Amino acid sequence: MRSLMIERPSEVRNGRREMSLLKMKVSTLRFLAQTVLLLFWSAMAAWASEPKGSSPNGTNIFAPASSAAKSIAGLSVFVLVITGIIFVVVFGLLVYSLVKFRGRSTDAGREPAQVYGSTQIELAWTIIPILIVVVLFLATARVIHAIQDAPEPPGAVDVTVIGHQYWWEYRYPKLGIVTANELHIPVSDPSHPTPTFLQLLSADTDHSFWVPELGGKTDLIPNHPNRMWIDPQRSGIFLGQCAQYCGVQHAKMLLRVSVDSPEDFASWVRDQQQPAVQDASVAAGRRVFENNACMNCHAVAGTPANGRFGPDLTHLMSRATIAAGAAENTHDNLRLWVQDPSAIKPGSLMPAMKLTDADLDAVVSYMETLR
Amino acid sequence: MSSNAITIPRVQIDEKPWVDTLHEWVTTVDHKQLGVLYILYALLFLVIAGVEALLIRIQLMFPHNHFVSPEVFNRLFTMHGTTMVFFMGMPILFGFANYLVPLMIGARDMAFPRLNAFSFWLSALGGFLFYFSLVGANGLYGAGNAPDVGWWAYAPLTARAFSPGHSTDYWALALLVSGFGSIGTAINIIATILCMRCPGMKLSRMPLLVWLNLVMAGMVLISVSPLSAAQIMLVIDRYLGGHFFDAQAGGSAVLWMHFFWIFGHPEVYILIIPCFAFMSEIIPVFSRKPIFGYPVMVAATVCIGFVSMSVWAHHMFSVGMNSYANSFFTLTTMAVGVPTGIKIFNWIGTMWGGRIQFKVPMLFCIAFLFQFLIAGLTGVMLGSAAFASQLTLSYFVVAHFHYTLVGGVVFAVFAAIYYWYPKITGRMLNETLGKWHFWLFVIGFHLTFDLMHVPGLLGMPRRIYTYEPGRGWDTLNLLISIGAFIQAIAILLFVANLLISYFKGDKAGNDPWDAWTLEWATSSPPPPYNFASVPVVASRRPLWDLKHPEDPDSLYE
Repeated sequence: MRSLMIERPSEVRNGRREMSLLKMKVSTLRFLAQTVLLLFWSAMAAWASEPKGSSPNGTNIFAPASSAAKSIAGLSVFVLVITGIIFVVVFGLLVYSLVKFRGRSTDAGREPAQVYGSTQIELAWTIIPILIVVVLFLATARVIHAIQDAPEPPGAVDVTVIGHQYWWEYRYPKLGIVTANELHIPVSDPSHPTPTFLQLLSADTDHSFWVPELGGKTDLIPNHPNRMWIDPQRSGIFLGQCAQYCGVQHAKMLLRVSVDSPEDFASWVRDQQQPAVQDASVAAGRRVFENNACMNCHAVAGTPANGRFGPDLTHLMSRATIAAGAAENTHDNLRLWVQDPSAIKPGSLMPAMKLTDADLDAVVSYMETLR
Repeated sequence: MSSNAITIPRVQIDEKPWVDTLHEWVTTVDHKQLGVLYILYALLFLVIAGVEALLIRIQLMFPHNHFVSPEVFNRLFTMHGTTMVFFMGMPILFGFANYLVPLMIGARDMAFPRLNAFSFWLSALGGFLFYFSLVGANGLYGAGNAPDVGWWAYAPLTARAFSPGHSTDYWALALLVSGFGSIGTAINIIATILCMRCPGMKLSRMPLLVWLNLVMAGMVLISVSPLSAAQIMLVIDRYLGGHFFDAQAGGSAVLWMHFFWIFGHPEVYILIIPCFAFMSEIIPVFSRKPIFGYPVMVAATVCIGFVSMSVWAHHMFSVGMNSYANSFFTLTTMAVGVPTGIKIFNWIGTMWGGRIQFKVPMLFCIAFLFQFLIAGLTGVMLGSAAFASQLTLSYFVVAHFHYTLVGGVVFAVFAAIYYWYPKITGRMLNETLGKWHFWLFVIGFHLTFDLMHVPGLLGMPRRIYTYEPGRGWDTLNLLISIGAFIQAIAILLFVANLLISYFKGDKAGNDPWDAWTLEWATSSPPPPYNFASVPVVASRRPLWDLKHPEDPDSLYE
């Protein structure tokens, strides 16, 4: 093969054709349309992330609220711009060659110049992409290092997150708190950062902790402890859900992170550290709870119930949702859940206890005292 | 080549009873018949897995929809993914390799015809075993029949504690059996290409399709073996008291991920490289120019083959690897983009200065180029470990790999079918129906998969049977589902076209596209012996030389 453009001696060249104004317009329009398409994703993302009511926040990766999520979003925009430019250039070349070199009725079966290749051109479109790759790699490596290798500062909050089939267990080892499904953490003021470091464990299958506005996802894998940290810089409720397929009810293993002001967080901690409320008026319900299998799986601090297969219920009524976010924590939902969990969450590992209506009402009344 | 090399003697064809025809097809060792069997088998599974996709899309049309239960949904996406990769993607590409490679290198058959038949029937047994699970298995705890652990089947979800019954066993054995079939075919393709080329067909004169299938077959050998090993380890864990992946007993769930993805990522290239091969044959013919930069195209393919062996852990950016591992796999993943980019540029270079004929095969190729460009760029985004920690496991990644596998592989396969159907059957596919098929499929594809990126950016994870309203996902999912149905209509038109044209299509003749490779030198369909006498070639485009004796390629190569 020879380098440079080799033209056939037998070639009868066509006269140069100017693209007519009309065709120019068509190709320009297509070009514009595709550029618009490129901006489309971000536009859609922006549209969908518009605040709908006061709280909670959305789950948009381009509305970051913590350092890690912000640096990822920044990198993402950079990568999007670079790839966007590549797209426009290559797409433009593609459309241009399709329009310019389309077969015409006047060709009359003549073959075009038979070109085998060009070393210079091919070298150019090898070297330029290599440079782009180096730039993107360095930009990424910087963000990875900043996020993954950050040391834990002394003021950090430690939480052990344990994934269970279709619910989340949270343990605060320094604070002596055990809770489930709704994570409370303090807001982190950038001048006095109080990040939360999560130790990620699993009790059964693989799960993944993903609250898009607080950071990228990290898996919870049995026998493979993982770690991540978040330092939300605004308070509010942040949503997410399990991202790694973990079984039948993977879809309803929702995450709800409450980012509290320092005062709210301190008062939440004080409340959670109390043992369960003992209310004599619901003694019947407590008997039902303790005489049935409920206490094999659920713990209520200060009572004999100390099961660990299901969520800790000591302060059940401090939570806004039940069943890992599958339903709001209302009287009717709570009753339905105890009566038949599969009505709310088919495939849930909690069995229907087949209680009589009287026992059901009693045990729900008992649970409603667990503030 | 000498012109008498391609004269075909008349063959008297007698009407046979259908039992004899059936017997002939079941016992055949002919590469063309096995190729057709592979293709038909794969198209059957394309329709089955397509129906599964439609059921998934109906369920996801609305938040909190109750069309199917979570158990059924989990089975649907497991069956859809496994079927499309193992029982549609690989077989249809093996089918074309089987049919075309011997013809293109001027050979009588594959190197090992009996191994060829054995490999096909092993693959067929794999597909049968997989769907037999519908009546023979029980899935996740209390869930019923058919595999439901996802197509990666991450440990420990596959342990007997979480997946009692036999659905996971059917999954493992089906992949093991069809994996052996794939390895057999790969050995056969390599041996055929290295040993069976006609006189004058040096490695540097092989059509690119042959080169790319050589690379593909090498990758199958290297990457399907670990998958087979992993399936055996899984069965040992489940039945012989092994603890390879049993985290409770000191095994490692992450070990499974490595085993699976060291197969799984090269697999993506095993699927796409034969599609690059279709592009590299079809685009030149309809641009009326030789492929631009043949040596660089070969080098880029071999480069992709090697580098793609070192990128697997970019599927694992969320599993908690250290920052050095994440950086390394970022670099290798992005590096694969370079040779892939070279290919796209060289295809554009091929069209540049040509006289492009917009026949249906070319339309599918053009759509392929456009879509594969986008798929490659979203791949770069997913290759950036930090960006990927948001994108992976979300609908963005689902959109990305459907862009490669539908926008890339399926479009390329359609191009190949429209291009080689005349050779295989002797009749042309209907051009009007073909254009309807093309445009409907393009519209449906873009409605579905362009939009599908957005819910991922908005935090929607994959593999969820239902979702919460009010997160900006509702309207998008409805539109995505509508797009899926438009694609389904296009597929119906395609199937109708295949059937109608088989009986009523225009006669194709030997060389309907005025093409340049050896398969067009013999009759359509080719006789069992392919060529009456062994062809002799002097360049990469033997038929160009034949048609332009005054200006043959052999002067310039």
